[in-house]
Amino acid sequence: MEIIAEYGHILLILACCFGLFMAWGVGANDVANAMGTSVGSKALTIKQAIIIAMIFEFLGAYLAGGAVTSTIRQGIVDPILLEDSPELLVYGMLAALLAAGTWLLIASILGWPVSTTHSIVGAIVGFAAVGISVDAVAWGKVASIVASWVVSPLLAGTIAFWIFRSVQYLILNTDDPFTQAKRYIPFYIFVVGFLISMVTFVKGLKHVIKGSSWELSFLQSALISAVIGLLLAFLGTYFLTRIKRNETEESAHRFASVEKMFAVLMIFTACAMAFAHGSNDVANAVGPMAAVISVVQTSSVSATSAMPSWILLLGALGIVIGLATYGFKVMATIGRKITELTPSRGFAAEMSAAATVVLASATGLPVSTTHTLVGAVLGVGLARGIGALNLRVVGSIFMSWVITLPAGAGLSIVFFFFFKGVFG
Amino acid sequence: MALGSAFSNLFGRSPIKPMQEHMAVAVKAAEKLVDFFEAVTNDDWETAETIQRLIKDYENQADDLKKQLRLQLPKSLFLPVPRTDLLELLGTQDRIANRAKDIAGIMLGRRMRIPEPLHQQILAFVDSAVKTSHQALIAINELEELLESGFGGRELALVENMIEKLDQYERHNDDLEVTIRATLFRLEADFPPVDVMFLYRVIDWIGDLANRAQSVGSRLQVLLAR
Repeated sequence: MEIIAEYGHILLILACCFGLFMAWGVGANDVANAMGTSVGSKALTIKQAIIIAMIFEFLGAYLAGGAVTSTIRQGIVDPILLEDSPELLVYGMLAALLAAGTWLLIASILGWPVSTTHSIVGAIVGFAAVGISVDAVAWGKVASIVASWVVSPLLAGTIAFWIFRSVQYLILNTDDPFTQAKRYIPFYIFVVGFLISMVTFVKGLKHVIKGSSWELSFLQSALISAVIGLLLAFLGTYFLTRIKRNETEESAHRFASVEKMFAVLMIFTACAMAFAHGSNDVANAVGPMAAVISVVQTSSVSATSAMPSWILLLGALGIVIGLATYGFKVMATIGRKITELTPSRGFAAEMSAAATVVLASATGLPVSTTHTLVGAVLGVGLARGIGALNLRVVGSIFMSWVITLPAGAGLSIVFFFFFKGVFG
Repeated sequence: MALGSAFSNLFGRSPIKPMQEHMAVAVKAAEKLVDFFEAVTNDDWETAETIQRLIKDYENQADDLKKQLRLQLPKSLFLPVPRTDLLELLGTQDRIANRAKDIAGIMLGRRMRIPEPLHQQILAFVDSAVKTSHQALIAINELEELLESGFGGRELALVENMIEKLDQYERHNDDLEVTIRATLFRLEADFPPVDVMFLYRVIDWIGDLANRAQSVGSRLQVLLAR
């Protein structure tokens, strides 16, 4: 107990630094994947993508990031066992942050497809199982998290497959794709808007406005979400009416004008993607940071202690900085490489990935946005929509799992004993 | 960076555009035959030689594109159409350029003169064969749109119409071949037998050019069938 009182400020500063470093990494690397699809399909310029990412990553983290943060913070390690030695949780979470950050850095240099989520979960499980005791890990929760890593790409792929099929059926394979696109695209926009608002109202907001008596019933949430969806759909319709058919472009490529309309839809799905990403991945940085801060401030590990919302803001800030300092470069590279993904294909991938990730966020499951997106793209490919997909990447992603979990855990164990040694 | 590359590496280079480029070059080789026969019937062997060289260049270019495309299609690639069908189609496309090169090559090599009464007919015949291969190119150029619509619906019907038209052109070309052979049969006694034999062979090959264009259409159809 004296350790925390004595070194409280140092520990606090360390937590913020490591947390910011982690958030920076997420912003520099991860966000680019989420937004790269929109850039690659030329629906957005890099500048527009960055502005959208900044706004919606922030909103996602702040409005809907609470559940995943709480899972990372207190769902994986059972706090009851640490009642007598709260400093162990502090060392552990610091070690986990540092381990995951280091591992991401190493993997980035080596060019491995490593997930932030997998690194941090591996690191937390590592320090808890070895540094404290095997019983300290909530294995049931860990199992459900790991299961969600398998389920989320599969789910996203399935949704993407059917979304793209519906696009083919309703729009592309009809006699007049242009008119059909104008008719049906607002519907997709509505679904995106409705889904995101619904998750935010039902699951997200309670983490932001804790304690206040202001609460919405399920029906009220649904109504408000429907209104938001409708407003967005009207906004989309307005953009769509401004798109005119371009006969000369159509003679070269029949779907040229139709694709322009899908590009409008993609602006909305890009926002949703950034929101979803913010709601899930910010927790990787913020969760451990929140755990440290609450222990230092209250000198206890009580699971019910409230999390100050400025921590979420700090995480969101880190992401935005990462995006602005390095993420735009990665985004440009990705955008150049995936031009194959036209707006009609890209939106299907983004919409399903965003939906899957947002649902995971609502359930408090930390999933990998990138892997979910890969699953979604494969889904579009299965609907015979993409020229060529390199299946080796799927193998390398699988390999990265097998390596990342023990690597994150190992590093975290080393750092844990290091901190323990330094601070006593 | 790692995560970035993993995601963007997922996207292989689509074979659709290169397929279309290859077909365009192959058809260009065939299209030059029109000028070539023009020069031959005018007894202008200098021009004929320049054109023959051009045809050979196009054929080489098509070969290079073919090889590149084959290397670019490893087994690990997940394609919207079966890989083997795609490679078959590529081979069929390539044979159009080969045939065009054969025709120009043998005619230039033997300085083959075409009997005066046959001039009009043979020019029309070549024209029709080239038109057939051009129609095949039009169908191949729909591949991108086919991919976009997932190889179904309206787009599929459209391409099937194109292939139907291609078949019609080929049948018309067959009819022309029959008449031209009949004309040559009536004349053949007046010319050296060896020359006539080779003339028959050239007529055969021009007909074959259209046949090969038609098989591109058939291969495309196989590609589309589920």
